[in-house]
Amino acid sequence: MKKKILPRLTKLVSLSSAVLLAGCTWDTLDPKGIVGLQEKNLIMTALFAMLLVVVPVCILTLLFAWQYRQSNTSAEYLPKWSHSNKIEVVIWAIPSLIILFLAVLTYQTCHSLDPYKPLEAEANVKPIHVDVVALDWKWLFVYPDEGIATVNQLALPVNTPVDFRITSDSVMNSFFIPQLGTMIYAMAGMQTQLHLIANEAGDFQGESSNFSGRGFSDMRFRALAMPADQYSAWIEKVKASSEQLDSASYPKLAAPSEANPVEYFSHVDAGLFDEIVAKYNDGMIMDKSTGKMLHVQQSAMSDMNMKE
Amino acid sequence: MLGKLTLSAIPYDVPILVGTFIGAAIAGLAVVGLITYYGKWGYLWREWLTSVDHKRIGVMYIVVALVALFRGFADAIMMRSQLALAYAGNPGYLPPHHYDQIFSAHGTIMIFFMAMAFMQGLMNIVVPLQIGARDVAFPFVNTLSFWMTTISFLLVNVSLFIGEFSQCGWLAYPPLSEQQFSPGVGVDYYIWAVQLSGVGTLLTGVNFFTTIVKMRAPGMTYMRMPVFTWTIFCTTVLIMVAFPILTVAIALLGLDRYLGMHFFTNDGGGNQMLYLSLIWGWGHPEVYILVLPAFGAFSEITQTFSRKPLFGYKTMVYATASIMVLSLLVWAHHFFTMGAGPNVNTFFGIMTMVIAVPTGVKIFNWLFTMYKGRVEFHATMYWVIGFMITFSIGGMTGVMLAIPAADFVLHNSLFVIAHFHNVIIGGVYFGYVAAMNFWFPKAFGFKMNEAWGKRAFWFWLVGFYFAFMPIYVVGFEGMTRRMNHYDNPEWHPWLLISAFGAALIALGVVCQLTQIYVSIRDRNLAENRDLTGDPWNARTLEWSTSSPPPFYNFAIVPTVHELDAFAHDKEAGIDTRKVGGDYKPIHMPKNTACGFLIGAFSFVLGFGAIWYIWWLAAVGLIGIIATVIARSADNDVDYYVPVSEIVRIEQEHSRNLMAAQAAE
Repeated sequence: MKKKILPRLTKLVSLSSAVLLAGCTWDTLDPKGIVGLQEKNLIMTALFAMLLVVVPVCILTLLFAWQYRQSNTSAEYLPKWSHSNKIEVVIWAIPSLIILFLAVLTYQTCHSLDPYKPLEAEANVKPIHVDVVALDWKWLFVYPDEGIATVNQLALPVNTPVDFRITSDSVMNSFFIPQLGTMIYAMAGMQTQLHLIANEAGDFQGESSNFSGRGFSDMRFRALAMPADQYSAWIEKVKASSEQLDSASYPKLAAPSEANPVEYFSHVDAGLFDEIVAKYNDGMIMDKSTGKMLHVQQSAMSDMNMKE
Repeated sequence: MLGKLTLSAIPYDVPILVGTFIGAAIAGLAVVGLITYYGKWGYLWREWLTSVDHKRIGVMYIVVALVALFRGFADAIMMRSQLALAYAGNPGYLPPHHYDQIFSAHGTIMIFFMAMAFMQGLMNIVVPLQIGARDVAFPFVNTLSFWMTTISFLLVNVSLFIGEFSQCGWLAYPPLSEQQFSPGVGVDYYIWAVQLSGVGTLLTGVNFFTTIVKMRAPGMTYMRMPVFTWTIFCTTVLIMVAFPILTVAIALLGLDRYLGMHFFTNDGGGNQMLYLSLIWGWGHPEVYILVLPAFGAFSEITQTFSRKPLFGYKTMVYATASIMVLSLLVWAHHFFTMGAGPNVNTFFGIMTMVIAVPTGVKIFNWLFTMYKGRVEFHATMYWVIGFMITFSIGGMTGVMLAIPAADFVLHNSLFVIAHFHNVIIGGVYFGYVAAMNFWFPKAFGFKMNEAWGKRAFWFWLVGFYFAFMPIYVVGFEGMTRRMNHYDNPEWHPWLLISAFGAALIALGVVCQLTQIYVSIRDRNLAENRDLTGDPWNARTLEWSTSSPPPFYNFAIVPTVHELDAFAHDKEAGIDTRKVGGDYKPIHMPKNTACGFLIGAFSFVLGFGAIWYIWWLAAVGLIGIIATVIARSADNDVDYYVPVSEIVRIEQEHSRNLMAAQAAE
């Protein structure tokens, strides 16, 4: 009997683990960029450091409960014993040491993975800029260097740092591409920053990770990381679009819509992003390099309606 | 005349709500009918609804908490089944308008009306008895607190059938919760329910803080206070510090909505980040307000059923107090991804994980309380052991989230949902249920059925792991919270497993209801009755009086010489309830309907304000003020229990006790 069961069992185990693993890409744990990779490693390090104490605690709980069960009269019973300096020292020391380790790790990674810190890239690679605007319920991506914009599709050249500026022209959202790493809130009248990089080509899910109302579940986009030549071709494709984003078409785009399809705009007014930020601040934006408040040039967008 | 209220506010076109209404109406009519049939209205009014007896108020709190559990859990089942179905183009059965209300109501109800009410019920039943007091410091305020909580819960449930509830999540982040984006009455229901129940909770905090400071039995120094009382003491401090912040945050949101102000709006100089800071300034202490009493209950249960004193009492006290202080310094970990600089994030990250040290020490203390003891596997101990393992895992994932750079990818994902259900079910809920099983005989004079208690435990424990371990996984797969439907094929199987887990938990809830039914049915069986007042051979003063205790708790106020006063009295052979002692007349408060009336008028005020029916709101407000004035002018609020009455009650108890001993 035994002979038969064992191979069957191993087969079953290997099969089930194959089933479990085959269909799975745990996005956050399957990063495709250095930021996400470092964050995954951090999660794993912290997890294993804590398992060092959590696993023994779980085992000891069951062990003590069983060893000192009422019916086990052969176990030692000390009905008055309730204090031991030695044990006290140990039980304070163990969690303290682990937390000390994690605290150092926290300090280091808070600084090394600061989303506002530009990423280092190879010498001849220049970062690209993307301005992100969260709308009801879609994502607008403006490529200021190219003068183009898209909705719900973000293309990125691989191995190139991407400098995001993020705001919202509606409620609070959070800009998140799990396989690339860090998310950052998008808030109206404010500008947050994020630096990400894709080190592998791929088609990644992007989403809002802060609930924003009725159309929230469909407020998703695809992040397409592609080699430089394909990226250039993609730019050309967007530039070939007949749609343009200007004072006439922006309010239409900004109006609430659900499950918005991908859209391309071959031209976008320069300064759109700043104006979206500034319209909630009496026409002012903060210059991030000097900290001074600047008046935004009132351009074609000046008749853009403020949503009140 | 009726403000915003029109016939279209009644959701008779939503079959789920119509069904719920019919069910609730039938159940309500059945209850009303039964009370009328047995002629119990007078009894109910005189002995319960207007009672200022902390034990009765405690029982009523827990009844409200169990109703809230039922409501909140129904929401949970709907969410889990929606997510099991709404995959790959299938919209499921709950459109966003309905689904968004459900998750908002689930969080609001479970925290404010299940957990908070349960916790306040436990502290009401246990604390005065445990410190040898005859009542709380402000008995009238106590009934007022209870009614404020109860009518707020009623207000949330009224939103089911008249209008709608908030669709902005349980914390109603602006600007989504502002008039501009949420013009309906949902957020107003939320604001008034939270605000009114917050009044009740704050008053409870003041009341029990005063009670513990001023009314401990002679000789009970702070370091002789039972651990449960210590945890409640720290909880009341946190309530007094944190709840005013909630009141202010919600009041400012209300000003935005009602008077067009700009505290948190996008424009006009509003700042939504301020709201997050305020709401979490309350929100994080709040989870410790909930969990500290659970820790206290676990401590009492573990020492009682391990048949030895708690290991490291002083450590436990210092750990509790340090958690109390630290919990006020961690709120920004709820928004690491809002663009704060690395130094700010580092500070809040490290403060958060430092809490793991005293918490870890507590776990070790319970561990070493069992060590070299005689552990009795009573149903309550099942919850303790289940808690120690489950909570360790939940604590670990909490520390992972406390590391800002890890939170950068886990924030707002289902990983967070799994984490806080892990600590709130595994810590808070397990603790409260264990506490209910533990102190039930004290409140009612008979024990809860153990077999059904253990069945409930197993369904809850296994159900929890099935329901929430997959939620950790989908969190790692990048699924964010509050999604209504999705098309990612990798999430689907995990969400199916999770729905199965929720079904197991549902069986756990059924077992708990059965347990209550069976316990009441079998209450007169000899093995279930608690005639001695000390069914578990426990250590603290509440067990030295009869079960249920006389309304004055102690005929003679006990004198405390050591920690675990009752255990020492028993060892020394002191009979604390020796009949025929030197009784003196006992000063007691009279029952009053004022708490109920202020609650009722507050409901009217809230309902009027929600629907912009200003004359109705004015009626409510005037009613509140008039009741307060009437109560203040009333000097007939207390009386003395004559010695003859005390002797009668004590002799009756003594006869019961002797009968019990003779039967043994």
